[in-house]
This record gives sequence, structure tokens and C-alpha cells, in this order.
Amino acid sequence: MSYDEWFRDDRLPHIYCAGCGNGTVINCTLSAVDQMGWTKDETVFVSGIGCSSRAPGYIVADSLHTTHGRAIAFATGIKMANPDLRVIVFTGDGDLAAIGGNHFIHACRRNIDLTVVCMNNMIYGMTGGQGSPTTPQGALSTTTPYGSAEAAFDLCGLAAAAGANYVARYTSYHVKELIRAVRTGLETPGFSFIEALVQCPTNFGRRNKFRQVMDQIEFFKSHALLVQKADRMREEGKKIPDDMIVIGELARRNRPPLGVRK
Amino acid sequence: MQGNTACAEGALAAGCRFFGGYPITPSTEIAEHMALKLPKTGGVFIQMEDEIAGIAAVIGASWTGARAMTATSGPGFSLMMENLGFAVMTETPCVVVNIQRGGPSTGQPTMAAQGDMLQCRFGSHGDYSVIALSPASVQEMYDLTAEAFNLADRFRIPVFVMADEIIGHMREKLVVPDTVTRDDRIPLQKGNLPFRAGDSLVPGFPAFGKGYGVHVTGLTHDERGYPCATSPSVHEDLVTRLVNKVESARNTIASCDVINPDAQVVFISYGAPSRAVEQVLHDIRRDDVGHLRLKVVWPFAESLLSRFANAETFIVPELNMGQIAREIERHTDRTVIPVPKLGGELHNPSDLARLLEELA
Repeated sequence: MSYDEWFRDDRLPHIYCAGCGNGTVINCTLSAVDQMGWTKDETVFVSGIGCSSRAPGYIVADSLHTTHGRAIAFATGIKMANPDLRVIVFTGDGDLAAIGGNHFIHACRRNIDLTVVCMNNMIYGMTGGQGSPTTPQGALSTTTPYGSAEAAFDLCGLAAAAGANYVARYTSYHVKELIRAVRTGLETPGFSFIEALVQCPTNFGRRNKFRQVMDQIEFFKSHALLVQKADRMREEGKKIPDDMIVIGELARRNRPPLGVRK
Repeated sequence: MQGNTACAEGALAAGCRFFGGYPITPSTEIAEHMALKLPKTGGVFIQMEDEIAGIAAVIGASWTGARAMTATSGPGFSLMMENLGFAVMTETPCVVVNIQRGGPSTGQPTMAAQGDMLQCRFGSHGDYSVIALSPASVQEMYDLTAEAFNLADRFRIPVFVMADEIIGHMREKLVVPDTVTRDDRIPLQKGNLPFRAGDSLVPGFPAFGKGYGVHVTGLTHDERGYPCATSPSVHEDLVTRLVNKVESARNTIASCDVINPDAQVVFISYGAPSRAVEQVLHDIRRDDVGHLRLKVVWPFAESLLSRFANAETFIVPELNMGQIAREIERHTDRTVIPVPKLGGELHNPSDLARLLEELA
């Protein structure tokens, strides 16, 4: 089987804009699921609200498209009630870190056996481009027309500090790395968090000097900094520029998990 | 036994296998008892980070096919409203116990009220219909909680056990029945569309992990379960069915006690104030005074009013400012006298008796 056999053909065309990075992340996730050999009957996809959260609706498996921010709480109920199910959550930066922030950190603390894949486009894409908790300081959005005055959340730092067993960050440019990271997340008992930075040409890129789709992907490529190199720079007392994106495995440990298949 | 403990025991007897919730006075003993008992019966108790997560986890658990519940009180109930609408839209069976306390806001955490009776009916956005039960004794905390699971499975909706602090914290004798009748949700027949309903207006249930490959969304959806949020007819048909599956069955869902059906003056009560009314009837011994005690408040079965053919006046004591009295007024041309009571204490039977004297 390959990842494209997981798609519901009768739901096409999908709602994503041309050039959207979400499709890449969905393909990477399904490739990882496929590599695991998981079946459609044992795998459940859960999501909240936003562009990212439409993903489960395109996948041939049981899926729950829930309320804004609450996907992880719903997924917790599914996994605790039936630990035999493989439960994957698709979420976005607004869904996960703004309205759903509390559920996110508590799921990390519980270390419940879920894999959460966050498509971080740094914007509320579906509603037309409002600022989110990961909108970079200074970036333009419809609700930060003079540049965002607030600092952005480090989602991976949050997950690692709150106790997740596996934490990784890549971007829509890093396809092979992303598949490997999701797969590692699926293999890891306990809470796994994979952040994938994605381009949103429609609502982030065009207001922030990434007018072409490839502009933002090129930025991801040129500004990605492997965590090992970032650590070395810190040891050497070098400052990591604010616009660099630290990628790689950011946490991997073996805290006691909850809700693992017996 | 305490009312809240009886509620938890009733849930366990009904086969509840999942409790997700957040502690809140005066409902906490239910969570505590479930935390104690569920792990020993192969079930799962999880204390979530707030009530929003509590009801979310319950809905998730229900989609695995498990009977699932939560318990809360006013502030937590308010937090649950959005996800309760999600349960309605996705036709998720679940039981929500509300041990009502004085509101608005933090209000009176340790005092009784019935101020959430309209909230349980209308509190989430959009049009819908639900079932709300109102226990008036420790025995009914057990019996009605068990029955709530049957109604939730039969109609695939959230069912509310709308008790209050008095009934929840009261201690009375409980007779545990030898068996509790189970009327479980009917599985979806393979090959049928997951959200196509037959004459019952309730589609079969496609539990997760059984090979249905069902997509469940809070968006307006077609019979395949696929989002279809801009079609006026799909939305109208779906919401109409969600309301009608409950409302068209309201006379069969109805459950009540009728005392003195020939009476001219009739008390209508539900929950704790029923105890005060029973005391009045016991004290005055008049057969021209009747009593309609509702065990099911929503859906409101207006046909029950016509059981009292000679009724001229309905007296409605409630621990609120007249929430169900309003509903009764909608359905009758007889005089309706609300007897609101705020502050957390029950109506004094002598006050109700005095009201009868004033009417004479």
C-alpha cells in the first residue's frame, strides 16, 4: 500500500489553496502511517478547527473533526477508552497553541500515547489571515496591520518542557526528515509532537514578502538550522539569529506513558 | 446512601465504562466514586484539565462504543456548552449530570438551585432538542441515571440528569434493583450510510475501530457524514431531523407521577421542590389539590397537562425564577402561578399551603 490509498477519492477536490503546505504534511504523515503497517480499521484521525483540521475528512479511516482547540481532549477520550486504537491528531498553530493550549500541555504532562502533527503556518489561514500565537514578531496579518507586537510561542519548547516523550520540528521543505520524524512519533509510546512549518501563500506569504509559493519554501530551506549545530553555536557563545528555524529531534525520552496498547 | 454516590452507582449498574470530568462542588462525590469504582470494573476514570476537556473526552470515549458520562455543576456546565452542541450535531450518546447550585457565576457553590433548566435545553448555539431528567430522591439518582444511558443510546444525544445540591447531598435508603434494563445503541448495518436515518430518525451507530471508516464532523454534513456546510436543504434536513427525533417521541419519553387527576388546583414540580409539594399534600389531605411530578422535564410533553381535565390553576414551585413555569404557560390557557425560590433553600411547605388558602 502507499499513502495515496488512504485518501477518500469521493471528497475531491479538497479545500486547500494552490501552493498550500498542508498537503505535504498530510502526505508525509500518511507515508509514515503506511510504513508502520497500520490498518485503516485500527487508526483514528482527530482534529479541531482550521485548515489543518480538515485533513481527517480526506482520509479513509475513522475520524473525528471536533471543536476549535479541543482535538487533543477528544483524542484523549478515544485513546483511554480503547488503547488498541492508533490515534493521530492533526492540528494547527491557532488550534493547538491559542484556544487549545491548555489541552496541549496537559496531554504532554500525561504523556498520553498520541501523535500530534501540527501544521504551523503562523497565521489563521481559514478565516483570512489573522495573527496567531506563532506569528513572528513584526509580521503582518489582518489583526496585526502594524506588525505583530507579541512574541511567538516555541511550540516544541512547550511540548518538551511539559513532558512529551518525543518532540521534533521540520518544515514542508524537509519531506524525508518529516516522514522519519512522524514515524518515530508513531513508534514512540507516550505523547509525540511533530511541528511542521508550512507555507501559506494566500494569507501569510503575500503580506510578508513571500509572494511566490517557492519564496517561503526557499526561506525554510535557507533558515533551517539543525539542532546539533544550534547547540554547538550556543556552546560557543554565538547568538542564533531570531529568524533561524531550529529543526531536528528536540526531545526524545522515556517517561512513563498513558493509554498505551496492551 | 448519598444522592451523588447513588448516581455513580446507577451509572456503573448501567454499564458506564468511562468518566471524564473536573471536580466541582456540589457534584464532586460522583467523580470521586467513579474514580474509586471504575478501575475495578474494567472502566476508565480520567480527571481532565477543565470541563471543556471533560465533555470532549466523554464524547471521544463514546465513539469507541463505550457508555460514557461526566458530572458537573453550573460553572462547569457553562464551559461544556460548545461541545454539547457538538455531541448533538454528531449524534453522540453521552450522559451529563448537573448537580445544580446557585448562579449566575460562582454564585452559591454549596446551595441548591434549578437555575440551569433552560440552559440545558437551549444553552448551546443553534436549534436542537435534548432529554433532561429530574430526580427527586436518592433512589431516583440511581434509577434515572441508569435510564439516562438507555435514552442517550436510543436517541444518540446527550441526556442530562438535572439534579441539585439538595438531592445530590441528601442521604436516604436506596434499594438496588437485581438488574438494570439495558437498551444499547444499535450498530450501523454495514453498507448503510452512517448518517442516513430510517423511520426512527436515529441512524445506526458506527463505532470507531470496527471498520466503518466513518468521518464525524460538527460541520453540517450529508448522509455520508461529509461536510456540506453551504447547502440550505442539507442543513435544514439535518437540523429538522435532530430536533424531530426527540420531539416526535416526547410522549413516549415522558415519565411522571400523577396525584388526584380530578383536582382543580394542581402543583407541577420536578426535582427537590417535589418534596415540599408532597409534604403539603400529606398535610392538607384535600383531593381537589393535585400534583404532577415530572421525572422527564425535556422534551416537555404538554399532553401531561390534559391529564388534569378539571384543572383551573397550575402552581409551579421551582428553585429559580420560573423557568419551567414559562414553558407550561406556553401550553395551557389555565392560570399558571410560578413560585420562584432563590437562595438555596427548599420551599417551605407551610408557604405553599398558605398559597392554597389564598386561592380559595
